[in-house]
Amino acid sequence: MIPSNGLGKGAMRVGFFVTCLVDLMRPSIGFAALRLLEGGGAEVYVPPGQTCCGQPAYNSGDRRDAIDLARKVIDEFEACDYLVAPSGSCSGMIRTHYEELFADDAAAQARARALAEKTWELTRFLVEVLKVADVPGRFDGTVTYHDCCAGLREMGVKSQPRALLAHVRGLTVREMAEPETCCGFGGTFAVKFGEISGRLADNKCGHVAASGADAVVMGDLGCMLNVEGRLRRRGDARTRVLHVAEVLAGDGRPAEG
Amino acid sequence: MQIASMHFKSRARSNMNDAQLQANLRKMQGKFVAKRRASLTELDDFEGTRDAGMAIRQRALDDLDAWLALFEQNAVRAGATVLWAETPADVNALVLEIARRHGVRKIIKSKSMVSEESGLDQAIEAAGLTVVETDLGEYILQINGYEPPSHIIGPALHKSKEEVAELFHRKHGTPLKTGIEELCLEARGVLREHYLTADMGISGGNFFIAETGSVLLVTNEGNATLGTTLPRVHVAISGIEKVVPTLEDAATLMRLLPRSATGQSISNYVDVLTGVRREGESHGAEAMYFILVDSGRAGVLGSEVREALRCIRCGACMNHCPVYQNVGGHSYGWVYPGPIGSILTPMYAGLEHAHDLPAASTLCNQCGVVCPVRIPLPDLQRKLREMAFERRLRPWPERMGVRAWAWVAKRPSLYALATRIGARALRFLGGRDGTIRRLPLAGGWTQERDFPAPSGRTFRELYAKRGGGRR
Repeated sequence: MIPSNGLGKGAMRVGFFVTCLVDLMRPSIGFAALRLLEGGGAEVYVPPGQTCCGQPAYNSGDRRDAIDLARKVIDEFEACDYLVAPSGSCSGMIRTHYEELFADDAAAQARARALAEKTWELTRFLVEVLKVADVPGRFDGTVTYHDCCAGLREMGVKSQPRALLAHVRGLTVREMAEPETCCGFGGTFAVKFGEISGRLADNKCGHVAASGADAVVMGDLGCMLNVEGRLRRRGDARTRVLHVAEVLAGDGRPAEG
Repeated sequence: MQIASMHFKSRARSNMNDAQLQANLRKMQGKFVAKRRASLTELDDFEGTRDAGMAIRQRALDDLDAWLALFEQNAVRAGATVLWAETPADVNALVLEIARRHGVRKIIKSKSMVSEESGLDQAIEAAGLTVVETDLGEYILQINGYEPPSHIIGPALHKSKEEVAELFHRKHGTPLKTGIEELCLEARGVLREHYLTADMGISGGNFFIAETGSVLLVTNEGNATLGTTLPRVHVAISGIEKVVPTLEDAATLMRLLPRSATGQSISNYVDVLTGVRREGESHGAEAMYFILVDSGRAGVLGSEVREALRCIRCGACMNHCPVYQNVGGHSYGWVYPGPIGSILTPMYAGLEHAHDLPAASTLCNQCGVVCPVRIPLPDLQRKLREMAFERRLRPWPERMGVRAWAWVAKRPSLYALATRIGARALRFLGGRDGTIRRLPLAGGWTQERDFPAPSGRTFRELYAKRGGGRR
């Protein structure tokens, strides 16, 4: 677990974007991600005033607030060599949408672009930048991996989490049908269009159940809450719903605190 | 067509509870998705072809007025008449005027989604003329009391063959059939008579080719071929955005359209029609008209969602949309369903009547990755959400909710306090088993699923306690 970027240990300053959901709902994911990043040789910095990337405002049509929050993230992270988040959705917001938010302000847009270019989703960063080949995790059982939409279609995350999971001792990956189909979370969509969202989640849960896996693993907490909530409502108390960072770091328990 | 898009939620609910419809939708989805995927492997460079298709459509739109002028010039030179319709009502008035001029009693029609916008069939019937739809799907809908289409290339896809068999039995007074082939033969028998006795044929237009003044038509049943060549008069109706510069451009787009639509390398029939029948030609209409329809398209061209006009109506976005797959096309309440409909409906029929449509998307971008002309559909849905937010069309608790949350998120100390309280409150609500079954203000969530409770401490407070954040 030595960084192969040619720089000495400590030379790579990684700004860790916790994400507002992990901060509030499941801190264990954040700590697992920190262990993986530090284990991979990164010097991790966690800006203390960070809150949210602004995506809920952006996707609700509230552009002004999205811009304000994007500015705040840029201020907090632009001094880092990288920004890494345990989420394809939040990192995707920064990487693929910040630039467009500042279409009317060339100076701010240049800063947004610079941050976007060094923004990574966690598993892809571990594989492609830190070249992590070994992970401390142990998981006795089978898992199935759900490709969360933004990770897959905005951040190019597909093979990396599977490659890392292959290094977890005791773990077997068994693919479900349609792993790339949306689980129906969609942020506030899940509340505004609860019934449609619930139907999509139910379809996903059906595929998870049919895979027979002990746990469904993914890279975004929003989708996890959606799938876990629907699994439990369906009466499935057994199938665990885990973040890929938790499994890789050897933190198989769902919560910490 | 009357717009019912404000009833999206209630229509979606009843469609999700319709077991027959759900079975039909599942069947359709499997077929379209798998066939498209298989057909793309025939192209050496699908992504490169998509780039070319996008560039062609964009070039046409960038100088739309010039290409339309060139099209008109060449169409007129070939003996056709070019008419312009600003509104849906103009489309109907022009068609009736042409019918009057040529003494038309019966009209046969191949599929035209634009004519659905204006309710053309009903207007023709109201004028005392006969109109018969010849696309099998459209014919089924017509004899079922003008049921609205649920898909842009397969308007009756929501129906099973058993439902169609029952309908034919009832409307044609023929014995109940069971096989698809028998049903097609029965429809063919009924329609053949109409082809031979019609005075005028109406078609849509997949592409208008500027350099030749031609219209290109794509069908699988050959109904457009018969319908545009047997009657004395042919009227082709489509939106002004359908113009492409050259025949070569149309050929490139034809590499994308059938594959994206039905997974066919090429549709069974492709007609390229130029002008009227000339001396010595064996068939073709004696009079040919083009009706080029604006109906909001010029407005889209000048808007932030202009890329939507690149659409070549393949339907891939809806075939791959998880929301469409579950709620069906009728939920969307107007002519164009699915992701592209969620852009076009608000733009053509009014955002105030349809702001649920761009909101009813998870922004998963499955549509964007299959679109053959790279329309960034989720980005356009988001643009419409911004317009709806600015115009205060969304319910005020929704707008105030996001503004209040953002106000706090911009203030780190306040946010830290709010999240500490929130984490503890949610943990309390979760009780012994850590599961929240009813969450205030988020009933949409908890009516369908539980809400897993948090552990009760935020990451930031735990991190600070561990001595983090000093660096």
